[in-house]
Amino acid sequence: MTGLALGCRINRKSLFDRKHYFYADLPAGYQITQQRLPIAVNGSLAYSICVGKKPAQVVPRTVRVKQIQLEQDSGKSLHDDLRSQTLIDLNRAGVGLLEVVLEPDMSCGEEAATAVRELQLILQALGTSQANMAEGQLRVDANISVHHPGEPLGIRTEVKNLNSARFLAKAIDYEIQRQISELENGGEILNETRSFDYKLGCTVPMRDKEGKQDYRWFMPEPNLPPLLLYDSGSLPAGVDPQQVINIDWLRERLPELPSVTREKLVRQYGMLPEHSVALLNEVGLLEFFQNVMKETRAEPKRVTSWVLNTFLGFLKQQNLAVSESPVTPAALAELLDLLDRKAISSSAAKKVFEELWRSEGKTPTQIVAEKKLELMQDPEELEQLCRATLEAHPGVVMDLKKGNPRAINKLIGLVRKTTLGRADPAVIKEVLERQLSS
Amino acid sequence: MLGRTLREVSTALKQGQITPTELCQKCLSLIKKTKFLNAYITVSEEVALKQAEESEKRYKEGHSLGDLDGIPIAVKDNFSTSGIETTCASNMLKGYVPPYNATVVQKLLDQGALLMGKTNLDEFAMGSGSTDGIFGPVKNPWSYSKQYRGKKQQKTHGEDEDSNWLITGGSSGGSAAAVSAFTCFAALGSDTGGSTRNPAAHCGVVGLKPSYGLVSRHGLIPLVNSMDVPGILTRCVDDAAIVLGVLAGHDPKDSTTVQDPVKPFMLPSLTDVSKLCVGIPKEYLTPELSSEVQSLWSKAADLFESEGAKVIEVSLPHTSYSIVCYHVLCTSEVASNMARFDGLEYGHRCDVDVSTEAMYAATRREGFNDVVRGRILSGNFFLLKENYENYFVKAQKVRRLIANDFVNVFKSGVDVLLTPTTLSEAVPYLEFIKEDNRTRSAQDDIFTQAVNMAGLPAVSIPMALSSQGLPVGLQFIGRAFCDQQLLTVAKWFEKQVQFPVIQLQELMDDYSSIFENEKLASVSVKQR
Repeated sequence: MTGLALGCRINRKSLFDRKHYFYADLPAGYQITQQRLPIAVNGSLAYSICVGKKPAQVVPRTVRVKQIQLEQDSGKSLHDDLRSQTLIDLNRAGVGLLEVVLEPDMSCGEEAATAVRELQLILQALGTSQANMAEGQLRVDANISVHHPGEPLGIRTEVKNLNSARFLAKAIDYEIQRQISELENGGEILNETRSFDYKLGCTVPMRDKEGKQDYRWFMPEPNLPPLLLYDSGSLPAGVDPQQVINIDWLRERLPELPSVTREKLVRQYGMLPEHSVALLNEVGLLEFFQNVMKETRAEPKRVTSWVLNTFLGFLKQQNLAVSESPVTPAALAELLDLLDRKAISSSAAKKVFEELWRSEGKTPTQIVAEKKLELMQDPEELEQLCRATLEAHPGVVMDLKKGNPRAINKLIGLVRKTTLGRADPAVIKEVLERQLSS
Repeated sequence: MLGRTLREVSTALKQGQITPTELCQKCLSLIKKTKFLNAYITVSEEVALKQAEESEKRYKEGHSLGDLDGIPIAVKDNFSTSGIETTCASNMLKGYVPPYNATVVQKLLDQGALLMGKTNLDEFAMGSGSTDGIFGPVKNPWSYSKQYRGKKQQKTHGEDEDSNWLITGGSSGGSAAAVSAFTCFAALGSDTGGSTRNPAAHCGVVGLKPSYGLVSRHGLIPLVNSMDVPGILTRCVDDAAIVLGVLAGHDPKDSTTVQDPVKPFMLPSLTDVSKLCVGIPKEYLTPELSSEVQSLWSKAADLFESEGAKVIEVSLPHTSYSIVCYHVLCTSEVASNMARFDGLEYGHRCDVDVSTEAMYAATRREGFNDVVRGRILSGNFFLLKENYENYFVKAQKVRRLIANDFVNVFKSGVDVLLTPTTLSEAVPYLEFIKEDNRTRSAQDDIFTQAVNMAGLPAVSIPMALSSQGLPVGLQFIGRAFCDQQLLTVAKWFEKQVQFPVIQLQELMDDYSSIFENEKLASVSVKQR
């Protein structure tokens, strides 16, 4: 499915090989992988990066997928320097994993991090993996080299086992700078394996043998016969459907991919592309947005803004996941409805939201009533307040008449203050202008 | 009762002539009596008696599990047995107790079989004599048979009889000796290049190597994954068929087993062989073949011909490259497979703690014998990047040619091939160890290993006694997955030749008392 989602050519027959190396975290002394004929080849991964701050421009990029191979995970060596011991965690040793090999089409840490993020979203959409990097479900080995334009690629180093997109970007950018200054100082780049020290923010050569290539060659894995896949045309008759894989069947059942979801958001709601990116970037955020949309009459633009700015801002501030939010989509929808029919001002809406976040169980309508946050619906009351304000501040009125355009804002502010923020500034302005000109 | 075949004793159990516990105790006492044969590494007496008790209960309640319920069996010590030490006759795995049963072991136990113990072998099944394990060599029961002793005494007087015992062949010599000496009714061996058929021929029992992919290898500690097959040793062809019927079939834990459902192997009694075509591969007539085996081979061919079968000479043109090719592929996979014995997860670990590398080196030096280390060394040589194309890849290609030789012969209408199993009958131990393991394996696997490279079923059937009074076996090779047809022909042949029963009883009584005091003096004989 990953191969199909990345537009790969799926090999109807793929083979397994043994890669020999003698290391304690590999209990069998070899890793089963797909060296000669992997399950999928020649695909591509499209992603977009944001260039420039404001206004941000979304630029599409593509990285070619060389191949996707199935292999075994290894164990994990934990070095105890104090007791000069190495402990080995074999819990993942021998567990199957999928490796996606990308071509050298990326040129900075951010591109790589964004591409990996996109891959992560695709894997999650497919259900191939939960792809949680912090838990090791998705790990990245980055190969980095530098070269002058027009020249062939330089000698590369490999930074292994990067377990967050942020470290990936940092490690790559560090390594690029390190290699450039190394070369500029007349040094040379070794084809070596390095690891990223996230505390120091730099890459260091790996001290153990994991980096060294074994002198022995791959051997066909004798315990695993070739993996045969079929399509509807080549499916042998009378086989147990549980025992064979039909590529066409899988292709028909591919879920919607993140790029399509984003396009739909842009088309359906007139959303900015970067907003569609932001909605997909947080687990559960898109669903939250869609649930709000279902229940509110508010404009998509307003909902997007509230979800991405206010709601996400609160989550980030308290380091919460969408699923942990104290505000439900229904509550936000109700709040946005109040705003939409001008029952409350947007500043009042902010207060209601804060209140919603703090005190679970109350509806926005209850909060508005309790805190008296509803906009003044009686035009006569507002007329009187405006008139009183004009009479109380003749100096400002004089200013205005002399032609100071900012004086009107001051008057609006004064009226709002007396209404305790319950009147719409636009309406206040209208009333004030009418009273002044009469 | 112990002299009966599996099928006969199964009938006796069903008819209540004997109970599983009585049968088990008889076998256990015979195992003790024949301890000097060194056929068993571990005798699982308690387990067997408990299984017998359960089996007895089933018989009493009238719902026995089938033909194997209550039948004593033995298992080569390179099959994992849950809770029972599994050593591969190596220091490396001495004391290792697997947490699970090999699929084949589990299948036998599920049918109610009684596990008498784990049988001796060459270390990690590398050898053709059952002489190169840490528990010492296995002695061929025929060394103590009336048939052999009788002939011997006529010729040589006053010679030290005790030191002149014969090897069993290998590497499943313990299993072959266990079946031959009546201490169990069937035994599991393993067959990578002939390790089941070779000792079967030397010990006068039936040795079946099933088609590759028919029987699960899960839990069989690997030698060469692409050639290993669990083997079956019994006293007659029907018994082998019963056991194969239980063992055969797909195992999700072994992806190389075939998915097709397997029916029980019931062998019809052939009365007419006139529609049969038997091929005699001319390349198997080698100068090293003893004249006696050669003449028995042609006698067997004549027998088929005289009964109306079509017997034709066929050619397997790549035969002469086979043993070299086998050596390259075998050692390469051995090098790969043996890497897991690093002393970390299980098995032997040395005391050296200077560094991880030093610990690996010392562990493996202490854990493996010269034969194993030698094969690892040559295998790693063949897997070197610079040698890979010239050795490993080339050997793979030759392997294909060898397999195609068989395909072509069978395509031409041949039903089974008839060949010798071994060059000669069993030789005395002192004679055998004059050559090193590698030389011996190259000689002794000559007729058997090509079958493993082609994945075909083959069975060694004892034909007759040599002039020395020792068994000679002949090999039948069948089409892939035509194991039943192969065994049907073998059964017909078995019936025609009427191979004599080993006469062991009186002589064994004498020897067991002699050897009790000797405490396996032969163990000290250094392997070269």
